[in-house]
Amino acid sequence: MAMTRKQKRLGVIAGLGAVLALAVGLILFALRDQIVFFYSPSDVHAHQVAAGHPIRLGGLVKAGSWIKTGQNNSFTVTDGTAEISAHFNGILPDLFREGQGVVAEGAMAPDGSFVASNVLAKHDENYIPKEVVDELKKRGEWKPQQQAAGAM
Amino acid sequence: MSIELGHFALILAFALACVSTVVGYAFWRGAGRTTQFVQQAAVMQFLLIAAAFAALVYAFVTSDFSLKLAYDNSHSLQPLIYKITGVWGNHEGSVLLWILILVGFGAAVAMFGRNLPKELLTLVLATQSLLVAAFSGFALFTSNAFLRLDPPPMEGHDLNPILQDIGLAIHPPLLYTGYVGFSICFSFAIAALISGRIDAAWARWVRPWTLLSWCFLTLGIAMGSYWAYYELGWGGWWFWDPVENASFMPWLAGTALLHSALVMEKRNALKIWTIFLSIITFSLSLLGTFLVRSGVLTSVHTFASDPTRGMVILALLAAFIGGAFILFALRASSLRTGGLFAPISREGALILNNLFLATGLAAVLIGTLYPLLLDAIAGKTISVGAPFFNLTFGTLMAPLLVLIPFGPFLAWKRGDLVAVVQRLGGAVAVTLLVTLVVFILSGAQFSLAPLGLLLGFWVGFGAIAELVDRIKLGRIAPLESWNRLKGLPRTAFSTALAHFGMGFTVIGIVATSAWQGELITTMAPGQTAQLSGYSVVFNGTTDAGGPNYDAQRASFTITDPHGGVRQSAAERRTFTASRQQTTEADIQTYGLSQLYLQLGEAGDGNTSVVRLWYKPFVTMIWLGAVIMALGGFLSLSDRRLRVGAPKRKARQPMAEPAE
Repeated sequence: MAMTRKQKRLGVIAGLGAVLALAVGLILFALRDQIVFFYSPSDVHAHQVAAGHPIRLGGLVKAGSWIKTGQNNSFTVTDGTAEISAHFNGILPDLFREGQGVVAEGAMAPDGSFVASNVLAKHDENYIPKEVVDELKKRGEWKPQQQAAGAM
Repeated sequence: MSIELGHFALILAFALACVSTVVGYAFWRGAGRTTQFVQQAAVMQFLLIAAAFAALVYAFVTSDFSLKLAYDNSHSLQPLIYKITGVWGNHEGSVLLWILILVGFGAAVAMFGRNLPKELLTLVLATQSLLVAAFSGFALFTSNAFLRLDPPPMEGHDLNPILQDIGLAIHPPLLYTGYVGFSICFSFAIAALISGRIDAAWARWVRPWTLLSWCFLTLGIAMGSYWAYYELGWGGWWFWDPVENASFMPWLAGTALLHSALVMEKRNALKIWTIFLSIITFSLSLLGTFLVRSGVLTSVHTFASDPTRGMVILALLAAFIGGAFILFALRASSLRTGGLFAPISREGALILNNLFLATGLAAVLIGTLYPLLLDAIAGKTISVGAPFFNLTFGTLMAPLLVLIPFGPFLAWKRGDLVAVVQRLGGAVAVTLLVTLVVFILSGAQFSLAPLGLLLGFWVGFGAIAELVDRIKLGRIAPLESWNRLKGLPRTAFSTALAHFGMGFTVIGIVATSAWQGELITTMAPGQTAQLSGYSVVFNGTTDAGGPNYDAQRASFTITDPHGGVRQSAAERRTFTASRQQTTEADIQTYGLSQLYLQLGEAGDGNTSVVRLWYKPFVTMIWLGAVIMALGGFLSLSDRRLRVGAPKRKARQPMAEPAE
């Protein structure tokens, strides 16, 4: 079965095309279904986020809201307008503090609270997730100096 | 005084690099004395930057807090090693380290590249000088490490506690050496495009530099992954975090480049693609180093960044990457391709390797940049996390892993697939058998894990099969096989070793993901926790401390499934100067597996929250990377490929200085 050079080249191009098509298909599919949207507590109320759907919830940890029993933590995430109570079973990052920014991965529970599977930790004590800063700036709640004082 | 001298040395290096760039580009044709000048300038730049860097190190070691950088990132009570590593544990110092490695590579090319054609060498060094000029200018004008404070403070702010670790001494220098080494490939590509001369010899000159950078990048990424694993205390070894991706993308491109340069060297084909990859690889390295600093990405790895720098960085990236691609577009068509081959051949296999690596790279790139674009264009904030990358990248890598063992068996130009399959029969049988045994031993559950293991074993045994086949083990007398083994070129071993390391890593990834055990619990002293056959007794906490921190130390007694008993301790540290807390996980290694203990907050009474992980075969992930890098270094030691000895016949009969 001798192929002409043209047939061979067509075969090669078809093979390359198939791999590229696979890659494009996968990426498009994954971009539709495998990405996680970021919500502030107000967004959660506004969008009626379905229970069980993975999201990232970001805001400030409300002062005086953190209650810890053993490894069970509950705290309130606020953006100044709306609040959501969150639960996390595990060890919180070293930089988790009341009054500081937080981003938690997880899903809403049917009762309207948030169950976190992971609370994100960051390196810097002055660090606030960019999403949280943007959100707070939008609402005019952004007070950098308060943040710096809180970190001391 | 020495700080001003260091600053002055940096200014001089910047000026010299500017001159060397102009002279090199202007007079590269028929170069004789120009070549000498740019060679000497390259060595001189190295000496100057080394002096500038030494001045910084000296200020940190002597705790000279009149240097703002030392005040911000050091403390007189810090151990000496962290005073030194603190030099690059911040933005300004790490930029200077980056430049130091850049000029180091430039000087190495100037000294070992005497056998290169003079015109090529001049253009390569001129391009290196352009990079030095751009980035030392960036350091001088936007990230000056030599700023003074008046009056000098008595005490420094301390280095970020998470960075106070031996990892900082190893990870950034390795990673930067990898990143920056690819600048040589970039400069060679630019030189080839300008001069219009490119042939198999070009690939032979570039390959050692590619290989060297690739080895360092492999080790740097593996070290970074292990560091994040034990220091951040999340028990994970890869998070698909934008910055991790930024280091992984040049690795993918560099791996593709290594393989395509092979085709170019041996068969004089794939020239344009190889040039393209050389540019892409270094562009991604630049992206990896500097996108991280521009404030565009936020991640655990970024230093607190200054947004004004971001624009300068993005402008520099755009100029270098854009400029290189414009040059490529203008000149690439003038390069002649050669070397015809059938689809089923070594060349064909290497093209498939490049295809899968490139599409995998594209998936990672899109996943990393898409959130930025969406944020900029639509104002929506999303995160593209592990599920995206596992699905896209994982699916694209699976066929590549299937293909790896075939490559080395195929002949150049025209291969015989049927014969290759026959010769791989042994590896197929062993792979299936071992996977089946593991499958049954692990409880015969159907999931992706056995498939992943199948791939890992296949790559590993396939690599061994190649060596077995080449020495005709079992088909001829054992002694003759042994002689054949001794006679094999080192590159044969290095290919097998690198591919074997890949398989090793894949097995580690699959085993850890599939069979890891995790337990979070609150423990009172004397209580026992059970996890994956290990029993862990909590013995309570005590106060402990170090030179610049206080700690709470929890001690545990671990009994492994075979009855062995170990004492271990995990800590939570509070640093005196910054009041920051870190957790020091305790990691016990059992064979290739690890037990990972993390101490959480203290609870009521004497209780503490404790998190335990059992990570089966997790060390294989990093050991595999080390094996891959060893394969690369072994290939580098092969006489025929050694840096500076591109062709033996080109050597002068007179004695040359030892390399």
